[in-house]
Amino acid sequence: MGGRTANGHPEWQLALPLGAFFVLFFIAPLAVLAAWSFYTATETHTLTLAQYARFLGDRFTLGILWNTLWLGFQATLVCLVFGYPLAWLALRLSPRWQAALLFVVILPILTSVVVRTFAWIVILGSQGVINKTLVAIGLIDTPLRLLYTETGVIMVLAQVQLPLMVLPIMATLMRVDRNLFDASASLGAGAWRTLWRVTLPLSLPGVVAGCILVYAACVTAFVTQTLIGGARLIYMPLYIYQQATGANDWPFAAAMSVVFMVAVLFVVYLLNLLGRTSKGQIYG
Amino acid sequence: MARRLDADALSFGATVGVLSIVALVFLVAPTLILLLTSLTDSESLKFPPSGYSLRWYAALLDADQLLDAAWNSMVVAVWTTVASVVLGVMAALAIGRSQAPWAKALDSLFMSPLLLPALAFGFGALIYFNMIGLAQSMIGLTIGHIAVCVPFVLRNSIAALSQLNPAMLEASESLGAGRLYTFRRVTLPLIAPGVGAGAFIAFMSSFDNVPVSLFLTDARTQMLPIHLWEIIETNLDVRTAAASGVIVVATLVLMILAERFAGLTKQLR
Repeated sequence: MGGRTANGHPEWQLALPLGAFFVLFFIAPLAVLAAWSFYTATETHTLTLAQYARFLGDRFTLGILWNTLWLGFQATLVCLVFGYPLAWLALRLSPRWQAALLFVVILPILTSVVVRTFAWIVILGSQGVINKTLVAIGLIDTPLRLLYTETGVIMVLAQVQLPLMVLPIMATLMRVDRNLFDASASLGAGAWRTLWRVTLPLSLPGVVAGCILVYAACVTAFVTQTLIGGARLIYMPLYIYQQATGANDWPFAAAMSVVFMVAVLFVVYLLNLLGRTSKGQIYG
Repeated sequence: MARRLDADALSFGATVGVLSIVALVFLVAPTLILLLTSLTDSESLKFPPSGYSLRWYAALLDADQLLDAAWNSMVVAVWTTVASVVLGVMAALAIGRSQAPWAKALDSLFMSPLLLPALAFGFGALIYFNMIGLAQSMIGLTIGHIAVCVPFVLRNSIAALSQLNPAMLEASESLGAGRLYTFRRVTLPLIAPGVGAGAFIAFMSSFDNVPVSLFLTDARTQMLPIHLWEIIETNLDVRTAAASGVIVVATLVLMILAERFAGLTKQLR
C-alpha cells in the first residue's frame, strides 16, 4: 500500500509537519550537542577528541557512568519481578476488577514524579514509616539508613517506574490465545511449567518492551536520583547538569551526554536483540 | 501425581499472590501516606501525624511562588498538548497504517525521545536555542516539551487507528465523502478516545517535566516540579506536602474524568 489509502490518496505528506519539527528541534539540538563535544574548550572551537579522552581516562567519571547503567539494571530487575505477576494476575480478573487494577497501575505514572519521590522521603527517613515499624516490632534497635543509599534509590525507582513494566506485559498477555494455557494444563504441565514454557515465552515481546522503557526511564530519572540519592550518590544526569550549569564546562558536559546516550542506546539495542534471539528459539 | 500437582499449583499461586500484593501495596501506599502526612497539624513531616488539620493547604494560598510556578507549568503544558495533538495525529494518519520501511523509520525517530536520556536532549536544546536566539523563552521551553511529549499522542493515536475498520473509510469514500469530511465525521470520532488518552498523558508529562525545563527556563520563570524539587532539596517544608496533595487529588479527578469520557484504561491496555 505504501502510505496510500484504499483508493489511492497519498497520505505521507501528513507526516511532514512533525518530521520538520523533529529535524529542526530534536535532531538539530542533538547534532549541535555532538559538535560541542569535540570542542577543546567553551571559548576555543577547534575540534579534538580531548573531551572524550578526558572522560574515558578518568576513573571517577567512568565510575559514575557504570553506576548509572548498573542502577538502571537493578531497578529494571526489581520491576520485572514484581510487575510480571501483577500483569499475569490482571489477565485472570473479571473486566470490572481488571479496569480497577489498571487504574491503580496507571495512577502512579500520571502523578508527578517529584510528588511520588517526595512521598518516599517521608517513608524512608530515619523517623519514617519503615524504620518506625521495624523498631516497634523489635526487628531492629537503631533506624536503618535507607535514604541516601543505593538500595533506597533502586526501591524508589522501581516503584516510580513499575507501571511502565506492567502495561506492555499486560498488553501482550491479553493477545495470547487462552486455549494455549488450557492445552498446556491438559497435557499435564503444572502451573510453573506452563509459566516457563508457554506464558513467559509468548509474552516475551512485552517483557522486552517493558524492560526497555523502565531501563531508559531509570537511568535518566534525575529527580528520584538526586532526592533519594542525596549529594553523595552521583549519577550521570546530575553530573552532566553540574558540569553544564555549575562548572559551565559545556564541551565536557556535551561529551558526557553523548557517551551517556550511546551507552543507553547500546543497552536498549542489546535488550532488543535478546527479545529477537529468544523468539527464534521458541518457534525454531 | 495429584499431590505433586497440588503442591505445584499451591506454590505458584502463593508466589504470584504474594508478589502481586506487595506490588499493589508498593504502588498505592506512598500516595496514601503522603496524603495523610499533608493533613498534619504540626510543623514536621511525620507519619502518622499527631493530629489532622488543613492548615498547610490554607498556607498554600499565600505561597505566591508556588502558585506562579503552577501557573507557568499549566500554560506550557496546555500549549504543549495542543501542538502535540495536532502534530501527533497528523503523523499518525500518515504512518499508522503503512507497513513501508520509511513509515517504520519515522515511527522509530518520533518515538526515540522516550528512549534517549531527556536531560541530554535538554542540554543540547539549551546550546542550540542559544545559537538561534530561542534560549530562555517560553517558546523555546514549549518546543522542548513538545519534542518529548509528542510520542505519547503518536503512540496512542496509532494504536487507535490500528483498531479502526478500513471498511468504514471505504464506505464513507464510496458514498462520495471527501477526505477531510471522512476524517472529520468518521476517523476522528472513532479514534478520539485514543487521541484523548494520549493527550492526557502528554499533558501530565509536560506538567511534570524536569530534565528539559531544567535547562530551558530562565531565572525568573519557575516551573512547578523544579520549584518543588528545590524546596525538597533545601528545606523540607510541610507546604510541599500540601502542594503534592493538591497535585495527587487533581490527577485523580482528571483520571476519573478521562476514564468516564475516554475510557482511559481501555485505551492504555
